Amino acid sequence: MPDLLAAIRPDDQSFALLLHLVGATVVFGALLASATSLLLARGDTRLLRLGYFSLLLVGLPGLILLRLAGEWLYRLQDWNNLPSQFDEPAWLSIGFVVADWGGLLFLLALALGGIGVYRLRSGKGGTLLLKATMIISLVLIVAYVIAVWAMTGKPN
Amino acid sequence: MSFEDWIFSLHLLGAATLVGSLVMSWIVVVALRTADTPAATLGLHRVAMVATAATVVGLVVAIAFGLWLAILRIDFHPWDGWVIAAIILWVIATVALLRSFVEYAKPVHKAKELSASAHTAPSAELTALNRTSTGLLLRAVASAAVVLIVIDMIWKPGA
Repeated sequence: MPDLLAAIRPDDQSFALLLHLVGATVVFGALLASATSLLLARGDTRLLRLGYFSLLLVGLPGLILLRLAGEWLYRLQDWNNLPSQFDEPAWLSIGFVVADWGGLLFLLALALGGIGVYRLRSGKGGTLLLKATMIISLVLIVAYVIAVWAMTGKPN
Repeated sequence: MSFEDWIFSLHLLGAATLVGSLVMSWIVVVALRTADTPAATLGLHRVAMVATAATVVGLVVAIAFGLWLAILRIDFHPWDGWVIAAIILWVIATVALLRSFVEYAKPVHKAKELSASAHTAPSAELTALNRTSTGLLLRAVASAAVVLIVIDMIWKPGA
């Protein structure tokens, strides 16, 4: 039943899906840019700052769009009214885990990176904090790849 | 998951890599506009190389698994109008991206030349090459084509 529901996507849901996909790819691209810049920075302040501001100025709006459009699509497809005898499908649960727990990790990366950039500016180091931001970004990239696989392949 | 589900999933992972790498390359292109020294240009080039590699992988994986899927699925075919439209848009995006790679290679060559001659100060010529309007236009055309592919894939006009 849930698989059948997932396969049927009336046209009025297409716009919500488009926004969800745009948000997902924007946040994915920002994470790629951030992790790569921080990984290849070799102490270059410009690249360290690029790595952080990619997350803040591109990734965060993308994440908000992904989550809001995802919620809209969830309600349009009536997943919130799923009869109690049916379990939520695994692909949907994976999507929520990555969006919500991944969102918290994303905010942690932003907070650590923000302090790192501030310390960098005032000459008190900060590279270690930005390395933590890079590691979280890499973890999130893997999580997003798993989410794309789950939401498209719809296992279970 | 069936074999067809795996092909569909790989097709969309390729598409996500393509669009994600385009977002990444836009971040680099915007950052390049303020790069005026050989060191800054070469630093950003290292990031751009990863974006370029991801773009090429995304382009190849998306079209290969997309065509395979169009052949496998009984409810649509490679000669359907919306599939042909997507292929034409993919060709436009690929050509524009390949040409933009050539445009953005020019400031890298210049930066290497300047570095080799121990020139580390800001260079007006390098700044101008980093702000290439041809490269920017080609990236915009490629990005517009990719956005149209996504819209075409979601709405499937005529299907």
